[in-house]
Amino acid sequence: MAAVAEAADGARDMALMEICGTHTVSLFRSGVKSLMPPNVRLISGPGCPVCVTSCGYLDAACELAARKDVIVATYGDMVRVPGRAGSLESARGQGAAVEVIYSARDAVKLARENPSRNVVFLAVGFETTTPATAAAVLEAEAVALENFFILPGHKVLLPALEALLSAGDVPIDGFLCPGHVSVILGAAAYEPIVKKYRRPCVVVGFEPANMLEGIGLLVRQVAAGVAKVENAYGVAVSEGGNAAARRMIEQVFAPAATEWRAMGSIPASGLALRGPYSRFDARAKFGVEFGPDYEPPGCRCGEVIQGKLEPTKCALFAVKCSPTAPVGPCMVSSEGTCAAWYKYNLPRQGR
Amino acid sequence: MCLAVPGKIVEILDDDDSGGAPAVGPVAAVDFQGTRVDVSLAMAPEAGVGQWVLVHAGFAIALLDADEARQTWEYLEASGAGQMPEQLKAGGDGGE
Ligand code: SF4
Repeated sequence: MAAVAEAADGARDMALMEICGTHTVSLFRSGVKSLMPPNVRLISGPGCPVCVTSCGYLDAACELAARKDVIVATYGDMVRVPGRAGSLESARGQGAAVEVIYSARDAVKLARENPSRNVVFLAVGFETTTPATAAAVLEAEAVALENFFILPGHKVLLPALEALLSAGDVPIDGFLCPGHVSVILGAAAYEPIVKKYRRPCVVVGFEPANMLEGIGLLVRQVAAGVAKVENAYGVAVSEGGNAAARRMIEQVFAPAATEWRAMGSIPASGLALRGPYSRFDARAKFGVEFGPDYEPPGCRCGEVIQGKLEPTKCALFAVKCSPTAPVGPCMVSSEGTCAAWYKYNLPRQGR
Repeated sequence: MCLAVPGKIVEILDDDDSGGAPAVGPVAAVDFQGTRVDVSLAMAPEAGVGQWVLVHAGFAIALLDADEARQTWEYLEASGAGQMPEQLKAGGDGGE
């Protein structure tokens, strides 16, 4: 902590963005966030995969789940996010087959065990999660599985950061880069952002001491007016990242524009199945499309994920929206910014 | 959802043992503080028995040294993420 205070002493006001839901939670839980010097503000960016998923995607998932011939396989956090006609959880209550799985490989297994049904895997997440989907598609291809599909929703981190920076309506002086996304990308991946936008990027892990170290490095850069990539999580993150994982992504997917919640469509920020694997796309198979994006009435998650609004400024926060009765994905997801504020900040404010 | 957790490789499995999913790379049994889970080594093919790996959604994504792995575990446990093995099994609520 002393290092951060020392680096911040006499420096200008600055806003540092963390772009990883796990960081958001860790900053709150450890108390690091509340220890920041007055001129250092930590803001949360679009780092929770569930939160950035557009409602159009969720509606398509629910539409698929309603089909008798389909089993939807998904990571846990997705099931409670409300779409226009309810969540996957409520669909399950009405008899839909929705299976929560731990690994994309489990979805392939599920397809093999249920030859008379079609298994649709909800492929969401950033670069940490994408290689697992790519591997699952390759596994399904290897055994010519005909009842395994994915609903493509993966996100690519860097184009989203660029979109935030070029929109310019949120002041961001530097990025705390996500540890496990960076395991795949490598620290060098942030060089273009540093060069083009002159914002420092520091890769950090999840332990509070490591986060503090990273924040200290970031503050020092901003104070000195320099911008470079630094890696405070060298034990897991190399310069070049995990090339085998990236090869797998590149074999199966090609960059494509995709819709982010409230941020609209961002070029090259998503991934489409390449030609040889296009038969695995559930949209073509079942004739579903991603509808328009929208937000639940009154919910301001779209601003929250871009760092434009603190959760407590949403009129529904803790009034009509709480983790037990969430209105938007930022409150549903255990890593959502609203959920983190609710869980760790409310008690402190004595409300 | 992007959280990866450290585990120790206890055995490299034959194709037949790897739980019914065909594998694009080697599959290993990995111990997470007493919970054994099958993990694909497709993205860390150089990993061997006795080594620590960082695992996300059923895939090893990086090698870790033992000290770092232990530290991470201690942090996860202290922070109430001691339910991690449960999560691994049930596929719980994976934040990224
Ligand atoms: S507090 Fe609830 S309604 Fe408001 S932005 Fe957050 S999730 Fe949406």
